[in-house]
Amino acid sequence: MAQIFHRSTNFISRFSLFSAVFLAGLGLVGVLGLARSPYSTNQNVSRAQPVQFSHKHHVGDDGLDCRYCHTSVETSAVAGIPPTKTCMNCHSVLYADAPYLEPIRESYRTNQSIQWVKVHRLPDFVYFNHSIHINKGVGCSTCHGSINQMPLVFQASPLLMEWCLDCHRNPERALRATKDDVFDMNWKAPDNQAELGKQLAAERKIRSTAELTSCSTCHR
Amino acid sequence: MSAGQPPFDSPEISRLTPVLGPGHTYSSVTDKISAIVLTRPTSLGWYIGFLLAFSVFGVLNIAIGWLIMKGVGIWGINIPIGWGFAIVNFVWWIGIGHAGTLISAILFLLNQKWRTSINRFAEAMTLFAVACAGIFPLIHTGRPWYAFWMFPYPSVMGIWPQFRSPLIWDVFAVSTYGTVSLLFWFVGLIPDLATLRDRSTTKAKQIIYGMLAMGWRGSARHWHRYQSAYLLLAGLATPLVLSVHTVVSFDFSIAIVPGWHTTIFPPYFVAGAIYSGFAMVITIAIPLRKAYGLEDFITMRHLENMAKVMLATGLIVAYGYFFEFFMSLYSGNKFDVFLVHQRLHGPYAPFYYALILCNILIPQLLWFQKMRTNVVVLFLMSIVVNVGMWLERFVIIVISLTRDFMPSAWGRYSPTIWDWATFIGTMGMFVMLIFLFVRVLPAISIAEMRELVTETSEEHK
Repeated sequence: MAQIFHRSTNFISRFSLFSAVFLAGLGLVGVLGLARSPYSTNQNVSRAQPVQFSHKHHVGDDGLDCRYCHTSVETSAVAGIPPTKTCMNCHSVLYADAPYLEPIRESYRTNQSIQWVKVHRLPDFVYFNHSIHINKGVGCSTCHGSINQMPLVFQASPLLMEWCLDCHRNPERALRATKDDVFDMNWKAPDNQAELGKQLAAERKIRSTAELTSCSTCHR
Repeated sequence: MSAGQPPFDSPEISRLTPVLGPGHTYSSVTDKISAIVLTRPTSLGWYIGFLLAFSVFGVLNIAIGWLIMKGVGIWGINIPIGWGFAIVNFVWWIGIGHAGTLISAILFLLNQKWRTSINRFAEAMTLFAVACAGIFPLIHTGRPWYAFWMFPYPSVMGIWPQFRSPLIWDVFAVSTYGTVSLLFWFVGLIPDLATLRDRSTTKAKQIIYGMLAMGWRGSARHWHRYQSAYLLLAGLATPLVLSVHTVVSFDFSIAIVPGWHTTIFPPYFVAGAIYSGFAMVITIAIPLRKAYGLEDFITMRHLENMAKVMLATGLIVAYGYFFEFFMSLYSGNKFDVFLVHQRLHGPYAPFYYALILCNILIPQLLWFQKMRTNVVVLFLMSIVVNVGMWLERFVIIVISLTRDFMPSAWGRYSPTIWDWATFIGTMGMFVMLIFLFVRVLPAISIAEMRELVTETSEEHK
């Protein structure tokens, strides 16, 4: 009787056993990597806006405080997107005729809001509150990155749940001493951050890791 | 079988009755079993049975499709009854899946020769039952496409599954059980697949069976390794027989719900699982031996032994029911006492009485050898026990959940058409897989039957 399989089948079968395990491992690593990549998190992707508003210019060069525009960041869940009137505080005088700013003036004339494109999108099932983070001493740049160097704002953090939990498990790493530090875009952790953070956490009654990582802290 | 011998199905079944009909040789055993797959024409009955089962399987697909579109609201579940048919059926199917490993692993280690002709299809039945069981918790999650969250892997959520939850233990217990059962079944099949490869006449069959046989040539070295591997797998599978349903019982006994929170649950769940598993093996064995004339291989001795196992495990289950009640009353806990009252006089009391009838009273007939050796009685009995074991899970889940601690939280449960469609659909899937299995793989282990030929001929010299 003739052989059913050619001699090479021996090699092919062994090789395919090996590569099945190898490919399965590689596939898993690939999927887990893809889930964390900017492709799925939109990290580092700049968004075009109706007016190419530069945070680099307004914050970095001019030195505006975050709260000049994002007025509700200390008291509310949302930081607040400024109304056109806030822009016009200055731009009714400065660059008042610049064609570049025509959408702003049009918005002001017609009383229609500018449709800014949202950059930091959290899922609806996450209850994020800006004010608690600011008031406990977590700085803007901890999550939003160096806004003062961004001509167009992009999402500096992955916004994955593991990223949230990384800080909720070790909040003392991100705690800053004063309000000025919180809004300081160039803040760097001092050398004694480990002790300072612990001390600040105790002073400000930051809750235990178990409470900070409890499901209902963020999913209500 | 020659005409002069006494009819093999005579009631005088003793330990001396061989587990293989007389007069068989190596080649007659091989011929008879492999012919079912290779040479005998597929009967009309097979086609009719398969198509019927296949259409019921279609119902399952429609039910699951509708569920995915609409969500679990199409079922009869609602707070306080979050666990309805899905969990009843899950526990029922996973229980049925226990006989295969018990027969193939524990009876193998105990050197019980009578396991030989039933182990193959009992293992196949186990795999199919575990597949049916696995469907239910999966679709009960409501979003089955996220079911992989139950496995521990470095997820972007930065959290692990809740390892303190018995539901996660279930994931491990059932997936381990499924994997080991599959490996055990496949390793046992390898020499038979080689036999089928060698006896195939068409190129396609030779290639398919040849690939599955993984280069088996039947050399002494092959057999040596095969037997070591089989023994190791039997050793691995043995604790699983006890652990899987123990873990399933933890789903209930870890909770503080009245009627669930008892320490007797693990042993009596395991006994119940083996009880229903053997019932299902009998349900399948009787039509199988009839349809393919396998009375020489699956003899009365097999059926009687399985009936005895059913009787023994049924008594353990009865003991469990008794002590469930006794401990409730003895503890004096008012919620437990109330639950006993609810079982006996509540809105679901008829189910409880039907359960006692099916699981305890009717199976007492098995004390009589006349009943154990009557094929029709055994077949009906196996169906009754399977109904009874299903009722047991229904009673445990529904009565406890509908009568919780607070009267304001009480409720009622009734399944919808989609509950029934899913349940009956899995039965269709199960039967369909059995039909396919019998048609394409040897339903009885050829290699092990050949060993039996030597042993039985020596016994009767």
